Amino acid sequence: MIFSDADLTALGITLKLAGLTTLILLLLGTPLAWWMARTRWRFKFLLEAVVALPLVLPPTVLGFYLLLMLGPNGPLGGLLLSLGGQPLAFTFTGLVIGSVFYSMPFVIQPLQDAFSAIGQRPLEVAATLRASPLDRFFTVALPLARPGFITASVLGFAHTLGEFGVVLMIGGNIPGETQVLSIAIYDHVEGLEYANAHILSAGLLLLSFIMLITVYAVNRRFRLLHS
Amino acid sequence: MTISARFRVNRGDFSLDVDLDLPLTGVTSLVGPSGCGKTTLLRAIAGLEHFPDGYLKVGDSIWQDGQHFLLPHQRPIGYVFQEVGLFVHLSVQGNLEYGIKRVPEHERRVSLDHAIELLGIRHLLPRAPDTLSGGERQRVAIARALSVSPRLLLMDEPLAAVDPDRKQEILPYIESLHHELAIPVIYVSHSPDEVARLADHLVFLEAGHIVASGPSLEVFTRLDLPVAHKNDAAAIVEAVVAGYDQNYHLNYLDFTGGQIAVAGKAMQVGDRVRVRIAARDVSLTLEHQSNTSILNIFPATVDAITDEGQSQVTVRLLMGDVPLLSRITRKSAVELGLEPGKVVYAQAKSIALLS
Repeated sequence: MIFSDADLTALGITLKLAGLTTLILLLLGTPLAWWMARTRWRFKFLLEAVVALPLVLPPTVLGFYLLLMLGPNGPLGGLLLSLGGQPLAFTFTGLVIGSVFYSMPFVIQPLQDAFSAIGQRPLEVAATLRASPLDRFFTVALPLARPGFITASVLGFAHTLGEFGVVLMIGGNIPGETQVLSIAIYDHVEGLEYANAHILSAGLLLLSFIMLITVYAVNRRFRLLHS
Repeated sequence: MTISARFRVNRGDFSLDVDLDLPLTGVTSLVGPSGCGKTTLLRAIAGLEHFPDGYLKVGDSIWQDGQHFLLPHQRPIGYVFQEVGLFVHLSVQGNLEYGIKRVPEHERRVSLDHAIELLGIRHLLPRAPDTLSGGERQRVAIARALSVSPRLLLMDEPLAAVDPDRKQEILPYIESLHHELAIPVIYVSHSPDEVARLADHLVFLEAGHIVASGPSLEVFTRLDLPVAHKNDAAAIVEAVVAGYDQNYHLNYLDFTGGQIAVAGKAMQVGDRVRVRIAARDVSLTLEHQSNTSILNIFPATVDAITDEGQSQVTVRLLMGDVPLLSRITRKSAVELGLEPGKVVYAQAKSIALLS
């Protein structure tokens, strides 16, 4: 067996984290991206800047503020405590919340671009063919934005796989709970277990590469089909 | 049955100020240069633009007033966009079915089959829209607009993106629409010529204002409107095919002012056709010329004369009650002593068949 049990657990947590994060971002991000692609609100740029922040912010900074928010003395963590719950810092749930922020631009921006690229016309056509606004969204906007959804899902998933700084800040390194692959690799290197670090690193490299190839191939095919 | 439309908008560089009553039958054309507001007016009728103070009544139902505004998907319209707008994620068949699926069964008056037949697109059904030619796309778009059994069909320059050969391919389909399906059509165009063949009612728009609105055969020859003063001014005459001369390949067409001879293939006797007689091709004589190569000579009465610059005039004539325009030199007009009421002979050097 080339993977140790601990490594397999870390892999499981990583995949679960990335999947859950991507799913949440698609659910929350789709209406937000749709709205941002179509609104003429003059302060939209502020929201766009907020969405893009995780692109430039050191993950440790993001993680630090999330830790403050979610910790027992933070506003959110404190609220949960007073409601009889657990603070979220150093839990898997806290990790998911952190990842959602961390990967947000990688999901929302492709979706917003895809919705913008559709333009007004197909939706107007659908309206003159008796489709209500919700009907238009599901039968015209979503199918036409399909390449954007594929890009958003893969980028969101892949980016969450590679998360390190945020996890370390708010998740810590609890095996079976918050220890993800990138941290397991770090641990192996710290312990001079280069062979194990190699296996995990190469695996992650290959997985990321395959996913990106998929995105670019699918988008290329879509562009070719519709050009 | 009529359409009453009132829209007043002022958006800085663009304004629209119209108060129109249009017949809810036949083909009505909105004509004007680009930027005149004709597309905006069409979009307002479709509900794609919402101008708060507008009023729109179609037949008995109010589509927009101070309190109500029917959303586009609630209006019984069909809309053909200038750049077609077929859904690229659906096949031709999928495009056609998109609308009809959303129309309750008891409201379906146009069968999809009939629309497909009418526009000759059955062989295209499995194709993807991107693989169609411009003319094919436009025909699919028209069939799709018909599939929702519209009570009013709105067409925004449906031929603008189509090359001239294809225009000839599509025009007959558009003509057959209101004949076969009795759906009133509002047709936007920048070219009076394009609509001369189709339109029963014409509305000329300029800079957001209505310059003229009336029965199309009349509007082209009204001297108080700019169109009669253009270089290519022409009269449109409606006539009925009366016979064919095999020997000379000439069709004879009857109209109230006489008989017209037009070269070409034999047409169906009894068919109603339109011809275009350019003002520049009409010369005037005081006596009926017999030794002339010109076939089409009609007795006419001078109705009105206006100057075109220093050297030319436009003469409006009546052949019975059918108006005709003649562009001649001012010198000739003076020498012939033309004045309203004077009887002359109009010689048409060339007459173009429009349908």
